[in-house]
Amino acid sequence: MNASAFLAAALALVLSAGVALSQSFAGLGSDAEGFALPERGYVFDFPADHGAHPAYRIEWWYLTANLTGADGVEYGLQWTLFRSALAPEERPGWRSPQLWLGHAAVTTPEAHYVAERRARGGIGQAGVIAHPFEAWIDDWQMAGADMQRMRLTARGAEFAYDMRLEAQGPLIFHGENGYSQKSASGRASYYYSQPFFEIAGTLTLPDGPVEVTGQAWLDREWASQPLGASQISWDWFSMAFDDGNRLMGFTLRDSAGPDYTAATWIEPDGTTTAFPDGAFSAEALTESRVAGREIPTRWRAVLPEKGVDVTVEAINPQAWMATSIPYWEGPVRLSGSHRGRGYLEMTGY
Amino acid sequence: MTRLGLGALLSHWRHNPWQLATLIAGLALATALWSGVQAINAEARVSYDRAADVVSGRGLAQITRVDGAKIRTEEYVSLRRTGWQVSPILEGEVQRGGRSVLLIGIEPMTLPGGEGTQDDEQSPLELEDTEGADVISAHPDDAAVFEGLDVTVRPDTARVPGRALADIAVAEDVLGRPDEISRLLVAPEQPLGLDPLPPTYRLTQTGDQTDVARLTESFHLNLTAFGLLSFAVGIFIVYGAVGLAFEQRRAVFRTLRALGLPLRRLMALLALELGVFALVAGALGVALGYLIAAALLPDVAATLRGLYGADISGQLRVRPAWWLSGLGMALAGTALAGAAALFKLARLPLLSFNHPRAMSMHADAAARWLALAAGGLFGMGAVIAIAGQGLFAGFGLLACLLIGAAFCLPLTLSAALRLAGRWHHGPLAEWFWADSRQQLPGLSMALMALLLAMAANIGVSTMVSSFRLTFTGYLDQRLSSELYLTTSSPGQAEAVTRYLDDTGATVLPIVWQDLRIGGLPAEIYGIRDHTTYRENWPLLQAVPQVWDRLAAGEGALINEQLSRRLALNPGDTLETGDRVLGVYSDYGNAAGQVVISETAFKARYPQIETLRFGVRTADPDTLAAALRERFDLREDALINQADLKAFSLSVFERTFAVTTALNILTLAVAALALLIGLLTLASLRLPQLAPVWALGLTPRHLAGMELLRAVALAAVTGLLAVPLGLALAWVLLAIVNVEAFGWRLPMFLFPAEYARLGALTLVAAVLAAAWPALRLSRTPPDRLLRVFSNER
Repeated sequence: MNASAFLAAALALVLSAGVALSQSFAGLGSDAEGFALPERGYVFDFPADHGAHPAYRIEWWYLTANLTGADGVEYGLQWTLFRSALAPEERPGWRSPQLWLGHAAVTTPEAHYVAERRARGGIGQAGVIAHPFEAWIDDWQMAGADMQRMRLTARGAEFAYDMRLEAQGPLIFHGENGYSQKSASGRASYYYSQPFFEIAGTLTLPDGPVEVTGQAWLDREWASQPLGASQISWDWFSMAFDDGNRLMGFTLRDSAGPDYTAATWIEPDGTTTAFPDGAFSAEALTESRVAGREIPTRWRAVLPEKGVDVTVEAINPQAWMATSIPYWEGPVRLSGSHRGRGYLEMTGY
Repeated sequence: MTRLGLGALLSHWRHNPWQLATLIAGLALATALWSGVQAINAEARVSYDRAADVVSGRGLAQITRVDGAKIRTEEYVSLRRTGWQVSPILEGEVQRGGRSVLLIGIEPMTLPGGEGTQDDEQSPLELEDTEGADVISAHPDDAAVFEGLDVTVRPDTARVPGRALADIAVAEDVLGRPDEISRLLVAPEQPLGLDPLPPTYRLTQTGDQTDVARLTESFHLNLTAFGLLSFAVGIFIVYGAVGLAFEQRRAVFRTLRALGLPLRRLMALLALELGVFALVAGALGVALGYLIAAALLPDVAATLRGLYGADISGQLRVRPAWWLSGLGMALAGTALAGAAALFKLARLPLLSFNHPRAMSMHADAAARWLALAAGGLFGMGAVIAIAGQGLFAGFGLLACLLIGAAFCLPLTLSAALRLAGRWHHGPLAEWFWADSRQQLPGLSMALMALLLAMAANIGVSTMVSSFRLTFTGYLDQRLSSELYLTTSSPGQAEAVTRYLDDTGATVLPIVWQDLRIGGLPAEIYGIRDHTTYRENWPLLQAVPQVWDRLAAGEGALINEQLSRRLALNPGDTLETGDRVLGVYSDYGNAAGQVVISETAFKARYPQIETLRFGVRTADPDTLAAALRERFDLREDALINQADLKAFSLSVFERTFAVTTALNILTLAVAALALLIGLLTLASLRLPQLAPVWALGLTPRHLAGMELLRAVALAAVTGLLAVPLGLALAWVLLAIVNVEAFGWRLPMFLFPAEYARLGALTLVAAVLAAAWPALRLSRTPPDRLLRVFSNER
């Protein structure tokens, strides 16, 4: 979920500008000021790399799921933990420069429930431990003996969920073995995913509990300056086709030049094909009035080299994340050359 | 034509600059009083909001430990990890050079709403520094306190003096209190299915925090009422001045109409003229109001600081809320005052002469209409009093009462003068009283203003004085012990009580628990049976042997708020199962309160540790010094009751200074109204005086009678103002206060104060009448003679 990089960056900026912090903080867009930078040819080290990388400026554990109730009703679920560092280190106590942010949401065809959590590192209120795996903020957590089997919980004022995750395939790596380029000038992040989760559990909604099952997709990404200063917004798609193939594609919109796109084709056995800028494209078809703005909630997404030409349609166009930094994130239905389900994230509208 | 018409109209003011001056001055004064009061209120409210947002977390519940100990960071994290959305606050005093500042450490990531760090019109709080230094945001006056510490002080006038903000990490270091949290703010939105709070913690609802804030609300409410009354008085001046100018310009109007200026345009010109005056005078008034507010604010701030804590900024800022309201009031008031003149102009026959007698006949009818309207207003007031509810009804009743009484005044005065005339025989006396009645219509507006001003003064001073007496009693009730001690742990509590017992001092434990009664926040206290309570607690109602029965655990005392709210009286049973033994007054507390015996309390809440104590001792100073020396007590852990009371009383002295200043100002305004009224009449009534002069009275004698008349009218008005003022005070204390705050302030009477006010009123009347009388005494005989040759 590379595009979320920008989200986290923007969050960090807002937090540091509007919120009091004792540590110094220079703008994120400029350069990495002592932060580590992703390098080509990096060899991932698991389970350590499932944990946090405080030397990098931003990082996230980003899970989305398409769910179905016993009555066939479709739901979407999101669980996200962002880490944003003001300095490339961890310090104990309130002096910690590591900030944590959690977003959770449940989308039904009629409603969209959102909750947000914020925490400072250094005191144990939020964090990620690689083994046994645990990612948490307040009472929300994603945890298990390893990343194969995990329990996922979160709750807000109006909703709660308690889910079990079970991986049915291998981790997959985007870009060049997990080195994911984000602009023509070479900005990049480390980016891997677990797109093969089976998920089942209980959603607690205002009308009562609902048992659901479905598929989930976890994105792991960390970087220090992944985006160019003029890359202002993005549209990100994750698609799980009925034939077992999966596709991740994004468009980074650039205010000063051409858009940048990238995609990863994932076969059922985990074999991946990365596509360079321009191979994937997405075109907005229909806009909806969401939270006082016009947001495209029906798209045409195309990857000609794999014969993909699908219509992407939001299950609930009102899946607006009214969090510190608002954005749109919700489950989608796919039709056209391929059928299936997926998730769509849009920012900058 | 329009330009000529305007020129003609304005030439009047050129010829009568003093009249223009009084009009402008009257309107400006009225606006000044109104906007001054508004400015004070606005400043105080902004200060509360600012302080409350971060400091007391207004609207937010809070969590502290039941045992009074500090919360450790680890405990905060474990509460968060069970889902409780709370944010830590660490606060402590930083002292240097005799100045003390409360440093409040906040955690911005979790601070509820986040906007707590922002002021309504200020930039976001910036506690970070590009150089990486620790930053403290403090009022400029407080910056010096942090000198020598390794921090960057960012001066910000938006901060409340005496309270500085910093990140919790910085506060930990500056205060030297690592791993400590004073309290937790509870976010309004909590997750679904939240576990109950562990019993080691106490959740305090917002209502409990605002006891004294409620008192200040009452203070502001009354200031506003005062401001409104002052404005009403001012509007009478404007009415007088506009009316005078109208009478004097009848001829000009007639000429302009005869020359072909359409009525509609003439009216528009007059309205324009008034509008411009209103804007000019309004602007002046707002500026003057700023000066008044700036002069009074330090005293008001001190008053409120004493009641509420050090929360009010002593500095006044220009805020659109009050200067716009000032200008708006000036325009609306002028429109109101000018409407009558415009209405008269609309009905003015083209060929009309100036007939004072006709005017007076007309005015007699008007007085009857006014009296009728007054009857209607009183009726409405009665309906509101019986059927109405809430604060709005209270103010509605006030308005009906005051305006109704003012409307009654002309007829009442007329009757009083007729009565006086009947007692006095002899041609001169009869003429004097008859002439006084003749003048009444011209003066009635001014006298109404005087009535309102004096009634307002009596009402407000009664209220403030009653408030002071009551609050002194409240202090005696609540602060009956000589020393108040807060210990930091059960161990320290035990050591301190043992020591105190050895020294022979009496220790009265203070234990309480928050609960909800009737769905509203309340608190229950356990008290030890002691003469301190038996002698000091003012019980409003009680069963016989109430204290013995309370000590025996037979029931509970409740405060007046709870009694009123739930209609509970002695003999009734509370939902806690306690029988009500008595009701005590508890001014300033918003929450319901229940008092049971210490034994009953301990049995009911065994987990509550006793950490606070009242200490009765003959020598508090020595004991306090000994306690400080022997035990590690925080600066604010030991409070000397005498200091607290002295401080509170000094606060009230300042309140009185404010009230006195406002009293004198409103009376000045009323005197000005009277002056304008008398001047108006002076120019019109030579024809009535000339025959009396011709019969042998000297101008000096006539002038003396003018003075006497002014004093007589003022005296009668003043006498009438006393019952009205007392009624006003009663409504404020018994209705408005009860509606607003749930408790009733007893009303005390202050005859000496009223006599002083009465004397002031007479002085004002004499001063107002002096100039017209002087002019009369110097009237050359030929002017009086000309009356006969020219006009009649």
